[in-house]
Amino acid sequence: MTASSPAIIVVQDLAKRFAGGFGIDGMNFECARGEIFGFVGPDGAGKTTIMRLLGGVMTPDGGSIRIDGVDVIADPETAKLHVSYMPQRFGLYEDLTVDENIEFFADLFEIDATSREERAARLLTASGMTPFRKRRAGRLSGGMKQKLGLTCSLIHTPKVLLLDEPTAGVDPVSRRDFWRILYGLREEGVTIALATSYLDEAERCTRLGLLHEGRMLHCDTPSALKKLMPGELMSLTSPQARAARDALAGLAGVRAALLVGDSVHIVVDDAKLRTGEIEHALAAAGIVDRRLEPLAPSIEDLFSSLLGQGGAS
Amino acid sequence: MSPDAPEGEARIVTERLAKRFGAFTAVNEVSFSVRRGEIMGFLGPNGAGKSTLIRMLCGLLRPTSGRAEVAGLDVARNPERVRAVIGYMSQKFSLYNDLSVIENLRFFGGIYGVRGKRLAERVEFAIEMAGLAGRADTAVADLSGGWKQRLALGCAVLHQPPILFLDEPTSGVDPTSRRRFWDLIYALSEQGVTVLVTTHYMDEAEYCNRIALINRGRLVALGSPSELKRGAAEGRLLLVECDDVGPLLEALESAPGVRDVAPFGSSLHLLVDDPAADIPKIERFLAARGLGWTRVEPIKPTLEDVFVRLVGDGRLEEATP
Amino acid sequence: MKARRVKAIAKKELIQVWRDPRSLMIALLMPLMQMALLGYGVNLDIKHIPVCAFDREASQQSQALLKRFQASNYFRVVEAVGSYQVLKDALDYGRCKLGVVIPPDFSERLVDLEAAPVQVVLDATDDNTASIGLGYAQEVVSGYSGDIQLVSWQRQGTLAQNPPAVVQSRVWFNEDLNSRNFVIPGVVAMVLALVGAQLTSLTISREWERGTMEVLISTPVTRMEVMTGKILPYFAIGLVDATLCLTIAVYWFEVPFRGALATLFLTTSLFLIVVLGVGYLISVAIHSQVGASQIALVVTLMPTMLLSGFAFPIDQMPWPIQAVTYLVHSRYYVTILKAVFLKGSGLVALATPISLLALYAAAIAFLAARAFRKTLD
Repeated sequence: MTASSPAIIVVQDLAKRFAGGFGIDGMNFECARGEIFGFVGPDGAGKTTIMRLLGGVMTPDGGSIRIDGVDVIADPETAKLHVSYMPQRFGLYEDLTVDENIEFFADLFEIDATSREERAARLLTASGMTPFRKRRAGRLSGGMKQKLGLTCSLIHTPKVLLLDEPTAGVDPVSRRDFWRILYGLREEGVTIALATSYLDEAERCTRLGLLHEGRMLHCDTPSALKKLMPGELMSLTSPQARAARDALAGLAGVRAALLVGDSVHIVVDDAKLRTGEIEHALAAAGIVDRRLEPLAPSIEDLFSSLLGQGGAS
Repeated sequence: MSPDAPEGEARIVTERLAKRFGAFTAVNEVSFSVRRGEIMGFLGPNGAGKSTLIRMLCGLLRPTSGRAEVAGLDVARNPERVRAVIGYMSQKFSLYNDLSVIENLRFFGGIYGVRGKRLAERVEFAIEMAGLAGRADTAVADLSGGWKQRLALGCAVLHQPPILFLDEPTSGVDPTSRRRFWDLIYALSEQGVTVLVTTHYMDEAEYCNRIALINRGRLVALGSPSELKRGAAEGRLLLVECDDVGPLLEALESAPGVRDVAPFGSSLHLLVDDPAADIPKIERFLAARGLGWTRVEPIKPTLEDVFVRLVGDGRLEEATP
Repeated sequence: MKARRVKAIAKKELIQVWRDPRSLMIALLMPLMQMALLGYGVNLDIKHIPVCAFDREASQQSQALLKRFQASNYFRVVEAVGSYQVLKDALDYGRCKLGVVIPPDFSERLVDLEAAPVQVVLDATDDNTASIGLGYAQEVVSGYSGDIQLVSWQRQGTLAQNPPAVVQSRVWFNEDLNSRNFVIPGVVAMVLALVGAQLTSLTISREWERGTMEVLISTPVTRMEVMTGKILPYFAIGLVDATLCLTIAVYWFEVPFRGALATLFLTTSLFLIVVLGVGYLISVAIHSQVGASQIALVVTLMPTMLLSGFAFPIDQMPWPIQAVTYLVHSRYYVTILKAVFLKGSGLVALATPISLLALYAAAIAFLAARAFRKTLD
């Protein structure tokens, strides 16, 4: 977070408890203006709860939330003027057409017809949805529904956009369109807070908050977080991946050898040091057809190592 | 490249399998085969037809046309017998929340016709496998995601089926649990169990031996994860790291030789025709516009890149009815 | 409260009702169906009671008496029997509900100015019909001659001593004793109560079920705007339904209308506010459409049918139950409707029920406005 972009979202000691147990506790974080902040974690980690609290549709049991200086808990209605919230199941009005849905939300935010039309045209073109404007929302594909939801959320220019798992189950092409629109928003200075359980989607965010069982484990840029990972990662691809895994598992300096599909992800303490030994061990095991190369760690690798291999869950 | 599993006869074979619901084609002439002990993943977005395909293979839906054989049984002619040789697991839907661990296991055992001594043995095995020793009487509602997942798997294999269907098995589950779960699957696969997985998570699909990409009812690609990545875009994907993504994104969209630009956090992924020639071109292009960057280098594509590449810029997607 | 937002919500609601077949059916078909069912089905009149005649004299006089029975609207002589046994059979098998036995010395006794007993045999399992039948028979017979005594004999069942009071109190304003005139205004109230509550009971719960509510509460829209915006279209639909039902009542069922249209309009509007408010409250409390719809049905149907004065007069009920009827909203409207239709009462005469109804409306509106909260918990 640079000094030139002060925090637009400030959360302190936020807590919310539920009877079933899946709440959040002692959350502290800040989002800088204009960044895409990702809340990453499995189901039950607290992502949706945070989104709902930020959106002012749920009241916390403790702590404070300030969005652009407004106290969301004390004065949610003022906060809502500049925040757009897209829940996990963004219910569109299925009997209304694309245009009618957009018009409805524009009216709620009191956007005049000209601005609405101009903005809608732009967003719909970016989503490839212009030919479907007169179609009823219930008859759109999953990806299109999400894009329509995004368009409705953006028909007024919010300062903060809250997205709860916006691309769950959506086809990759629609997901690209979606992210293209999100990136376009940064030009307008919109801050985006996004919750996702797609660990690969997390890579697209400016900064990440890793959540686990209601607490935030770490909060930083993806690259900085990956540096936290102990050791280095290599990948060995081979038709005899299983045999390779067995051969490497006990080697010195090899922290873990994990089978992933048709390759083995190897966590070593020092790649340069261990490469030779690994190649040697593989050759000795009769694994000829192989490719060993360095592997950039993914968020999943990061999460796994932070939570501990085969740890409690 | 063929997978590592013990060679064997094909356990699942489909030939131009199709399912139509009125005017809507859910599965459009899909053909593939899965070997004994292989782990095959079906990757595609919601509504692509994965569930319909699996249901046909489980004998729950009659195919409209084409053929499918599971463990030598024709699914259209012997759906009941097919169901007897299959284990089905869907983490979100299989377990009864108000029953305990052991009650669930006994229930599923009963359903699959596992009785008496054999049931007792299998139940013990399942509890061990799931790591739930000593917690047999816990209500399922009190278990978290990872435990439920392993329990659901246990319920699915009580009758030692030769074929296992996993429907979105690790959606939303934490990576550690996912790791543990997949270790169990790998163990089963080594014993010769054929596993089919459906998922819309790209990183989950990486765990499979081979992946079938499904989009709008069609089989778009079939191969091991590395095969697919090599085929589609390897060598042609560039990473451009920079401080300010926005202006570079706009500029590069119209740069020569650049087929596609996608933002990724604080960097951009570019699809080009010829990296060797294009890298210097791009660097010059950016310099000419006064745009700064930290590095430009080739990177390995992800499955998502593969998918987008194969499915194309299809903006003309039809809405579902 | 911003008019633009209210308008947006009202418009959306209207489009949804129009395009959703279920809502449309409730809004338009249900009132028609209920008017037909209840209007034709509920008939408290006793007419054309089947009668068996056992004429033991078969004289001119006895035949003249029987002809009077035949000529009366209340009776229909279906069979002439020749013995008590056949008469008993006819009653047992339901071929007739009432038997008239004329003694063999009928005309003799009449001429001698002695009392001439005519026996009436009743099937009193249907107690109501039996006692009314007895009353009519008395009328017919007295019309013929004041000397005839009706001796009644119960074949089955027990005969209640009091004929229903309804027979007496109707005569003033419903001269042809047409129960339909009495019932139809109540039917209109019932239809509006049911339909109104059903329509609004779905409105909030539908949004919760479909997930659109979560987004709505994250926007700056206020609770009052939501409530007003949602109720307005249903108010309009309610007025359309009311007009439909009242038109059917007057022109199809030919219930006389003697009051002023303005009074009718005002009171109907008040009642609609109450009814829609009740549905809205249910909708806020219950987040499932099916559940809300069921509760709305139970809360409106039973009280309106039993306790509003629609079919059963309130002043005939036990005292504690009468107290309970003050809580039944349709009670006030039924009273008002009957008065406006049959008596032509104006605002002044109806001041009490109207103000009570208005109070009810205000209370419901207040509760409904407060009930809906813009939070998930």
